[in-house]
Amino acid sequence: MNTHIEPTDFVFDDLAEGAVTKAIARYPAGKQASAVMALLDIAQRQMERLTGSAWVPRVAMDAVAQRLGIAAVRVYEMATFYTMYNTKPVGKFHLQVCTTTPCWLRGSDEVVASCKKVSGIEDFGQTSADGLFTMTEVECLGGCVNAPILQINDDYYEDLDAARTEALLNGLKSGAPLPPAGSSIGRQASAPVTNQTALLNNTKPVE
Amino acid sequence: MAKVTVDGIEVEIANGSSVLQAAEAAGKEIPRFCYHERLSVAGNCRMCLVEIEKIPKPVASCGQPVADGMVIFTDTENVRKSRRGVMEFLLINHPLDCPICDQGGECDLQDEAVSYGRDTSRYEEGKRAVAQPDWGPLVKTTMTRCIHCTRCIRFSTEIAGVPELGATMRGESMQVGTYVEKALSSELSGNLIDLCPVGALTSKPYAYTARSWELRKTDSVDVLDAVGTNIRIDARGAEVLRILPRLNDDVNEEWLGDKSRFSVDGLKRRRLDRPWLRENGKLRAASWEEVFAAVTNKIKSTTPDRIGAIAGDLVDVESMLALKEMFTSLGSPNLDCRQDGAVFDASQRGFYLFNTSIAGIEEADALLIIGSNSRHEAPVLNARIRKRWLAGNFQAGLIGVAHDLTYATTHVGAGPDAIAALLDGTHPFAEVLKAAKKPMLILGAGALARPDGAAIHAAAWKLAAQFNMMNDDWHGFNVLHHAAARTGALDIGFLPGPEGKATAQMLGGGVDILWLLGADALDTQAIGADTFVIYQGHHGDAGAARADVILPGAAYTEKDGTYVNTEGRVQQGFIAVKPPGDAREDWRILRAISAYMGHALRYDTLQELRAHLVQTYPGFALTGELRRLAGTNLTAPAGDLAAVSSAPFQPVLQNYYQTDPISRASPTMAACVAAHYPTLAEAAE
Ligand code: SF4
Ligand code: FES
Ligand code: FES
Repeated sequence: MNTHIEPTDFVFDDLAEGAVTKAIARYPAGKQASAVMALLDIAQRQMERLTGSAWVPRVAMDAVAQRLGIAAVRVYEMATFYTMYNTKPVGKFHLQVCTTTPCWLRGSDEVVASCKKVSGIEDFGQTSADGLFTMTEVECLGGCVNAPILQINDDYYEDLDAARTEALLNGLKSGAPLPPAGSSIGRQASAPVTNQTALLNNTKPVE
Repeated sequence: MAKVTVDGIEVEIANGSSVLQAAEAAGKEIPRFCYHERLSVAGNCRMCLVEIEKIPKPVASCGQPVADGMVIFTDTENVRKSRRGVMEFLLINHPLDCPICDQGGECDLQDEAVSYGRDTSRYEEGKRAVAQPDWGPLVKTTMTRCIHCTRCIRFSTEIAGVPELGATMRGESMQVGTYVEKALSSELSGNLIDLCPVGALTSKPYAYTARSWELRKTDSVDVLDAVGTNIRIDARGAEVLRILPRLNDDVNEEWLGDKSRFSVDGLKRRRLDRPWLRENGKLRAASWEEVFAAVTNKIKSTTPDRIGAIAGDLVDVESMLALKEMFTSLGSPNLDCRQDGAVFDASQRGFYLFNTSIAGIEEADALLIIGSNSRHEAPVLNARIRKRWLAGNFQAGLIGVAHDLTYATTHVGAGPDAIAALLDGTHPFAEVLKAAKKPMLILGAGALARPDGAAIHAAAWKLAAQFNMMNDDWHGFNVLHHAAARTGALDIGFLPGPEGKATAQMLGGGVDILWLLGADALDTQAIGADTFVIYQGHHGDAGAARADVILPGAAYTEKDGTYVNTEGRVQQGFIAVKPPGDAREDWRILRAISAYMGHALRYDTLQELRAHLVQTYPGFALTGELRRLAGTNLTAPAGDLAAVSSAPFQPVLQNYYQTDPISRASPTMAACVAAHYPTLAEAAE
């Protein structure tokens, strides 16, 4: 069991406040409870900003409940249902490795192995000793065309193999910022690796 | 109305009803785990599958609305096969630990498994196991057995109005619970045990005590508040083991308050099981003969106007009538049933009843509560108010301490000044009452049990009259008692006769002999030092501690008795076990003493006593049913409006769990106090 220290209070800071107000305003009067997902995300991002770890402590869930006038347990249900809310602290870089069939066929095992190797993490759900990485197993990220996918925090790194994963993580380890997201082999969006084969200029519109 | 055919039987049913309801109307039983007629429909157990013509797949009947002309099959091979499939899946993660499960023998899952389960399991993988969270002293959790029907979640959110249960995580990791471990804070939490279709939620105090088939079941009425909740007493041998609610849509639906359910262990403790006599300042065990002689000698040597009797909160009508008539024959007018010291005009039933009736709450569209924490004083009735509030178009105002009553209230004020502000229209809530078609007010016992009680009573009546709460087909003036004996006592006039003394005058040496019939809630310190106290009752509580003579009586589970609930509904409780030791039914004790004194009461059997009761007070002829009063008699109760003080209303109950000799003797209730009122529990140490 992961033991961690829960903070004793949570208050939305000024930056978050703006986003909270905006999120709540999106829903008609009386339906503010619908903003619960947005507020949890805002809370998680505030935690990331202030502590370097993107997670939602229980007190933050309570703050969300209070803000929306709903029972705290309704927020706990939400926050624990969706895997993208972290109810435990995570490392600065949250490595979310997709291991669903397409990614697996395309070598997600290698990505997992590289993550373990660089971070020293032994298994999913753990955080590295230096607090830099947390590795989580996730289901299909919807980027199968460029499989295998590793999501780090908000960004997708695609078309990975062992070497490129290691290079990426070693960079992060040495303090480099997150490189631009996307394909690691220079593929343009999700176009075929063998370059564009459709919608070329030479194709004539069908009469 | 929609016409549907269920297994060839044609039934007509209201539009919007579910297929399951239609099947029930046709007399077909549909297995179900998550569906419950008093909760919202969740549709997550899938046990209620049926086939419907033109729908290719089996349909969950609880969530499927009927349509005209629907042809429903509840017992085809396909239906049975589907249900068997559902059952097999449910059992995948359900431990097969029935032999050590308290639900065994009264478990829906077990019962349905008989019809739809396989005789052997095909499942060889590991089963999931879930931690057992601590939900406090009442509800025991074995969440590995939970089948995720969410009934408990829906009950606490919808009925109890204390949303602390939820389903966290998802899929195989889903857990039903509080997430942050805590003791359930609802006064209705025991109902979760009844609702849980499996053994995930069971009674903690009753754990491993008995199997359901060993129990002798007796229908009765609860007396730990004045709602008159219908209960079933389960006993084995000489011991009451548990109390469960019985269905009565007019009174408690199918709910029961925690105090009423879990105080049973108090019935075994601190019992007065033999007569006692004080000699040289010390109580010593005595024989009936001795105490009869002591009481008779004392009474014979005292003038009648120096003898008084006070009836307590849990007493049956029969024994109060016997005591009253004994006092009348002795020539003493000093009787009172209001040990809380309340003095108000009780000359008409309408002045002290919950006239709207409990079911009638659902017709009201505005409510004003004065000086009551109905959540503590009558949790089941309070749940009815919440039900009304949930239905919408209903506003509630509160005068007194601003409690969380589980529904939204406008806090009009803390004391009687707020009544004045409503009368002269200066408080905006007056507009709410004015606009309402069927407004009602509830006057709590706490508002009457103060020196200006009669004045407040009159002021509240005036408020009711002014806001049209009383008319030909509506009576919105209500008194909410919390003592089960009170209404019955008022009905038979257990009140000071001409020149008679009320509770306050009997205390402080106002009488030389004070007969306490189960009266423990008065300030025994205030009884005159030279007053000879006769305590007749079943528990060694405050009254017995001060007594010079103790006459051991029977608790409500140990006698046939008549009780009148706060609405004025006459109900009968039945004996489940015999009183312990030498204790006897109270009316019998009184009958025996009266004979000893040479004033024998006119009845030798309970039947005769009851016949006499009905003859003297014909209202007692009607039991179980309630004749609602119309609000046509506008004669106001006596009370000097000018005497209203502005002291704020105080709560009458210090806590919900320990309010009477039985619950005070209950270790379970003590545990609840420790869990929910830590400061009170410490003070009691
Ligand atoms: S604990 Fe019982 S009532 Fe609650 S969800 Fe589980 S099975 Fe249903
Ligand atoms: S399988 Fe990995 S992104 Fe879809
Ligand atoms: S009873 Fe219909 S799905 Fe549970």
